[in-house]
Amino acid sequence: MSMWKGLHMTAHATHGIHVSSRFIHKHTRLCTLSFRNISTGRLVQNDFFKDLENQLKAFREKAADAMPGSDWTPFEKNRSLPPERADIVIVGGGVVGWSIAYWLKQKEMIRDGVRVLVVERDPTYSQASTVLSAGGIRQQFSLPENIYLSMASADFMRNINEHLSVLNDDPVDLQFNHSGYLFLASEKVAHIMEENYSTQRYAGAKVALLSPTQLKEKCPWINTDGVVLASYGLENEGWFDPWMLLNAFRRKAISMGVYQCFGEVTGFKYTTNTMTTAEGDKVDFRRIKYANVQMPNSLEYQPVECAIVVNAAGAFSGKVAEMMGIGLGLKDTIAGIPLPVEPRKRFIYVVHCPNGPGLDTPFLVDYSGVYFRREGLGGNYIAGMSPEESLGSGLHYLQPHQEEEPETNNLEVDHQFFQKIWPHLAHRVPAFECLKVTSAWAGFYDYNTFDQNGIVGMHPLVNNMFFATGFSGHGLQHSPAVGRAMAELILDGGFKTLDLSAFSFKRIMTKEPMLERNIV
Amino acid sequence: MQHHTWTRVELMRRSCRQVTLLAAAARYRSSIPVAPPSLQSRLLLFLSQRFHDIETILSWSSWFKNRGIRQKNFFYGYTQQNYGDNIAAAYYILSLKGGFRFAGQSEWFRSDRRGKFNWDFMNHRDTSIEEVDVSNTLINYTGLENLVKQRGLRTLSVSGCAEVDDWFLSRLHIFQDTLEVLDISNCPRISVGGLAALQKLRGLRRLDVSSLPRLQNPGLIAILLEEMLPHCHVTAVGYDHSLIYSHTQTDG
Repeated sequence: MSMWKGLHMTAHATHGIHVSSRFIHKHTRLCTLSFRNISTGRLVQNDFFKDLENQLKAFREKAADAMPGSDWTPFEKNRSLPPERADIVIVGGGVVGWSIAYWLKQKEMIRDGVRVLVVERDPTYSQASTVLSAGGIRQQFSLPENIYLSMASADFMRNINEHLSVLNDDPVDLQFNHSGYLFLASEKVAHIMEENYSTQRYAGAKVALLSPTQLKEKCPWINTDGVVLASYGLENEGWFDPWMLLNAFRRKAISMGVYQCFGEVTGFKYTTNTMTTAEGDKVDFRRIKYANVQMPNSLEYQPVECAIVVNAAGAFSGKVAEMMGIGLGLKDTIAGIPLPVEPRKRFIYVVHCPNGPGLDTPFLVDYSGVYFRREGLGGNYIAGMSPEESLGSGLHYLQPHQEEEPETNNLEVDHQFFQKIWPHLAHRVPAFECLKVTSAWAGFYDYNTFDQNGIVGMHPLVNNMFFATGFSGHGLQHSPAVGRAMAELILDGGFKTLDLSAFSFKRIMTKEPMLERNIV
Repeated sequence: MQHHTWTRVELMRRSCRQVTLLAAAARYRSSIPVAPPSLQSRLLLFLSQRFHDIETILSWSSWFKNRGIRQKNFFYGYTQQNYGDNIAAAYYILSLKGGFRFAGQSEWFRSDRRGKFNWDFMNHRDTSIEEVDVSNTLINYTGLENLVKQRGLRTLSVSGCAEVDDWFLSRLHIFQDTLEVLDISNCPRISVGGLAALQKLRGLRRLDVSSLPRLQNPGLIAILLEEMLPHCHVTAVGYDHSLIYSHTQTDG
């Protein structure tokens, strides 16, 4: 409207000048100065027609936009608002979310067969777990599902340019470092490592067991005190740049027609259907109709009509599930079981040590829980430790050690915590006795408090909300394979290439945890 | 698809020749600065963004290009079943236009420029291959599957192979007990992330890492490689160390 008003005013002004010029033309014919006046009048006149042309062009474009099936509305619209309708809304634009978006588009049968919207609340990705992770990929898990996920993801990364290259754009360079993971086991956990090794070999992963002597020969800079056995990944293991992978997924998905929106999903509109079980209990089935997407730093929001919502919000997916009433029902009913995913803060420290191990540094994970890897070639390393993973294997969901957990309402780094890491580091690698912490950062894990494994599949009571969350630190490395599995689940109705039904929500209802048998 | 008119089809046909050019230009541009794309390739890009048919043709062309590489690197399962691992590996190498030497023999089997080769290698079913020279061929990660059983391999040269990348190097651990000489010079896709995987080759005596265009600081990497493989002689020539020279000159 304001544009039209402006145009009107321009027209008025021109008109006025026009009159005066005619006046001059009539009464004073000789004055060159007045002719100049006329020429300025003509300029304004030209401006008017140019303006008119532009306005008409804009009008034509608008008219074309207003054809049936488009998003156009007669009201002035915020450009960053998401579309009003989408088939699938993915909550969380981390690497898992974008991977799902890419695979959905990859698997659609016809062009624009599915309309996918990815909602991410952090436009700069400054707090995103994806980019704040250490970026490792390993196959040394104890559950076959996790091993297969890693192998499929490594396969994807090897052929990443066949999957994610965009025409006339630079090829994807993940900066993959093929250095492998090296796990060290003490006497207490050596038998677990041996069992894991046979599972991994059976699944097809290339892993080798090393004795302390072999280990010393391989890595002369290591102190083998307390180490009984080591396992080393020969292939498909190492670390890469998480931002590169995230961006490659995002770039490709957007080029395939996925909608991106920066905002926060603050609520859902849903219908409730009450049914009675054979025992006479009433059960509420819910179905999401709209997802409310709120714009950053404003109260403006847009309800997005959708058929399916994918909860890939990582550390905050528990919150998203709660919006649908998951976990708010009566205790001892299915509606009373919350999504057991919560944020956990983990610190990563960058240390500088000029005399540290060189190009042969693997991603070393000690049985004390401390890990480190090389960062670049200039004698920099990144190190970290998981607080309660050091407490022993497995069953900490029974006794949560909350007092060890750092606060999760911010991403501030606890610099004191490095004092707990350093002794272990220096014990394992004597060269680390003199080092300097140059920098540190914190990131959130999407910690699955139930069994530290991913939750993939739909919720039994909200049958159009799909979960792809709770990977407890493995999300980045499993994202390509998880994205494919989710796309299969949504579009084909079941897993086709990799059976992840063991990771469904069902195991939480039946209280059967799928625990990794870790050596740390 | 409503834009489908004859003139456009004609234009598409003409532009098809440009397709491979465009795809080739897009490859690994990130590390090497190049001039902005020509008018033709820009036009093609514009058309491919505007018309779905052109986009599809472009994707077909890249698929066909990759198909050639895939076919070259097929797993020779049939040959392996009928003639054994050694013959399959030999046949694979020769069809790549490479050359090899059986253990205990002095002459090499090679294919000539047109891909013709002597079939006498069929008589050596039980002899394993000791030296392989597949330089300037299309060997890649999948093709390595044909050589996995060659546990006596001592020399491998993949110099100048466009498809040899970091993942290929990471898989060389299958020869970790025997491999002594490795030549990976002039491979355009190898970066430092793959060189780190060479630490598994503990028996390596000679390593040639000359003229790898993606290495950022080749001098430092050569030193780190020597440190990582203490018994290995590392050759790293063909790099422009001019920055270091000018620095020493100013010092002197």
